Amino acid sequence: MLTAATLALLVTVALALARAAYGPSVFDRLQAASTIGTCAMLLLALLGFLNERPEFLDLALTYGLLNVIGIIAVLKFIHLGRLVNKSAENVEDA
Amino acid sequence: MNMLIDILSGVFLAGGAFFCLVGSIGLIRMPDFYTRMQAASVTETLGAGLMLIGLILHAGLTLVTAKLAIMGLLILLASPTSSHALAKAALMSGLKPLLGPRGSKKEVPPSKP
Repeated sequence: MLTAATLALLVTVALALARAAYGPSVFDRLQAASTIGTCAMLLLALLGFLNERPEFLDLALTYGLLNVIGIIAVLKFIHLGRLVNKSAENVEDA
Repeated sequence: MNMLIDILSGVFLAGGAFFCLVGSIGLIRMPDFYTRMQAASVTETLGAGLMLIGLILHAGLTLVTAKLAIMGLLILLASPTSSHALAKAALMSGLKPLLGPRGSKKEVPPSKP
């Protein structure tokens, strides 16, 4: 049953990749990236179970956290056009 | 008893896999960005949630179960937040929701006088 779930997740990632490739607006691509991130997290957990290696779960947790932060960072970049605040740009490092 | 837990974990895993597929098909076929977002959240909450419950039943009461529970908590807390940020950024950048069938008069919301 674990391999069946892994195959279903791979199909989900493939469909999300299709949406990422086709997606008219950049936000569709971000939505597909977020779905792929969650599916990758689940795949890591499943592979950890298949190969009897429990440390994969730590990888999955870290990957899930990074995925959320990455989505928020890209959104801020798209929305504001820059990541660093304008006031902090012209501050020369002492 | 052990057999029952294995069957139950298999059922949960199958359900999770099914909802993952349903969500990703919705991600492809939905007409508009905002409806696709609902389809994607089906994958994230239901698909991932059921699968994690299946894995928890498969793992029994060990440290692995604690990690899986934390992962489930992360998904249930973080993915709505990122979906909200995504929808807000999309709306503020001018992506109009589709109100009617494509090509009909009701498609684009009427501009406020």
